[in-house]
Amino acid sequence: MTEPSSAVREVLIQIAYLASSVLFILGLRGLSDPAKARNGMRQAMVAMLLAVIGTLLHHDIVRFDFLLVGLAIGSIVGVVIGLPLGIDIPMTAMPQFVAISHMFGAVAATLVGIDEYRALGNAPAAPVMAALGFEVILGALTVTGSFMAFAKLQELIRGKPITFPGQNYANVGLFLLAIGLLIYQIIVPGQPMLFYGMVAIATLIGVLMVLPIGGADMPVVVSLLNAYAGLAASAMGFALNNNLLIVVGALDGASGFLLSVLMCKAMNRSFGNVLFGAFGATTTSVKTAEGLTVREVSAEDAAVRLAYAQNVIVIPGYGLAVARAQHLIREMADLIEKKGGQVKYAIHPVAGRMPGHMNVLLAEAEVPYDRMFDMDEINSEFDRADVALVIGANDVVNPAARTDTSSPIYGMPILNADHAKSIIVMKRGMGTGFAGIENELFYNPKTSMLFGDAKASLAKLVAELKTL
Amino acid sequence: MSMITTFMQVYVFVLAGFVGYQVISRVPALLHTPLMSAANAITGISLVGSLVAAGSGRGLASNILGSIAVACATINVVGGFLITDRMLKMFQRPGAKK
Repeated sequence: MTEPSSAVREVLIQIAYLASSVLFILGLRGLSDPAKARNGMRQAMVAMLLAVIGTLLHHDIVRFDFLLVGLAIGSIVGVVIGLPLGIDIPMTAMPQFVAISHMFGAVAATLVGIDEYRALGNAPAAPVMAALGFEVILGALTVTGSFMAFAKLQELIRGKPITFPGQNYANVGLFLLAIGLLIYQIIVPGQPMLFYGMVAIATLIGVLMVLPIGGADMPVVVSLLNAYAGLAASAMGFALNNNLLIVVGALDGASGFLLSVLMCKAMNRSFGNVLFGAFGATTTSVKTAEGLTVREVSAEDAAVRLAYAQNVIVIPGYGLAVARAQHLIREMADLIEKKGGQVKYAIHPVAGRMPGHMNVLLAEAEVPYDRMFDMDEINSEFDRADVALVIGANDVVNPAARTDTSSPIYGMPILNADHAKSIIVMKRGMGTGFAGIENELFYNPKTSMLFGDAKASLAKLVAELKTL
Repeated sequence: MSMITTFMQVYVFVLAGFVGYQVISRVPALLHTPLMSAANAITGISLVGSLVAAGSGRGLASNILGSIAVACATINVVGGFLITDRMLKMFQRPGAKK
């Protein structure tokens, strides 16, 4: 057997890359339908495998020892970390897992950029320099930014926003400085000190960018960092003249930006406000609830009402997931359905810690996905619902968002729980929600409050339903 | 790198971004968390560049930097796909419960 000529090799590589790009796109398209999503991900895995095989044919690869050691270590660590995580990790810890995983991908992109710069004698041609510059800037800030996001979500460091005067100016200034250094190096090549200085500044930006962001806003940043990591991969593609990297990086970039924007929209905040606003300092006028009374209901009475309801809509909030009570909800729903009622789940876009998080948490409790509805799909159905059961949710059902222009959540889209014929709110006490404001839904004459720990109350409801 | 090459790359980048936008905007909110996790796994594509550096004949420093990069990117890919698959496995088909 003779070595295939380099032309044949090149053709094989390009075919593998083309097939890989197509499979990545098909894989992501699979995610548009929950029934096809797993297959889609298998296509994406095959795509990744093709990408690796194609790359191994590359004529620049002359030795396999280091490469194989790296692959082996990565696979072992990936499986050792990923497998137990994949089995055990509570689904509530998803955002920090994505963040730390990003960090590793971004380390790779940054190191490759640095190596390429060295390989080109510290003085690449202008277009390559531009690409490498973007690669290392975006890569390096994703490394530290992701780590900070992970640390905050995992509560290794304070989750509260950390702010200091002039913070936004400092961040913008540093960013402009990094870009300035890059432009200077494109014009005057051969200055490794400036190159490494630029990388150092980018790592600093990553830290400073995440410091002022509070825990609840973190998923927006995680998603944004996903976009940056994707763009870093694209930049790598420009530098190495590799179309596969460009395509896949662009797909990632699009996905990251789109999700960040969707999340901000659901929270009724602008992109800029999340990134530069240092949330948590809202002291807008707050309506007090003096002179209003709440009606309390016992678990027995609530169970009777649920048992004879035709249409029940459950509004799960993050409190439910924290209490790990999703399985009880499904058990309750099964009992109601046995009695002839129908149970649907209304999912607000900000329920959970990231978009679609509540769906995953419910899916974990084996709630079929055709019972979960987006806000837009279900809002018109509340008028026909006999009972709206609000569990551990607060701001997303606050009617003040519709009417009270002075409320901090005014304009935020909400679930129309108050349109239901009756409302049961399960809540620990009369405390206010994330936005720190009173909820007039709790004082609505149609509303009954079932006080207590979500898990304990649900267990009582299930027990009562069983006896009916 | 010639001017034409650069323009071809920009073409590919812009069109891929466009396709990405179209494909991603069709993903229902139901699957946004798995999407984020899948996108994270796919970011590990920097493995491609890492492999080239790790196997290059440019000297020991390149090989070491490259192999660290390969290890990191592989962690990203393997961990990302494992967790995405676990999540998707939980989404039950309608009527398949019990």
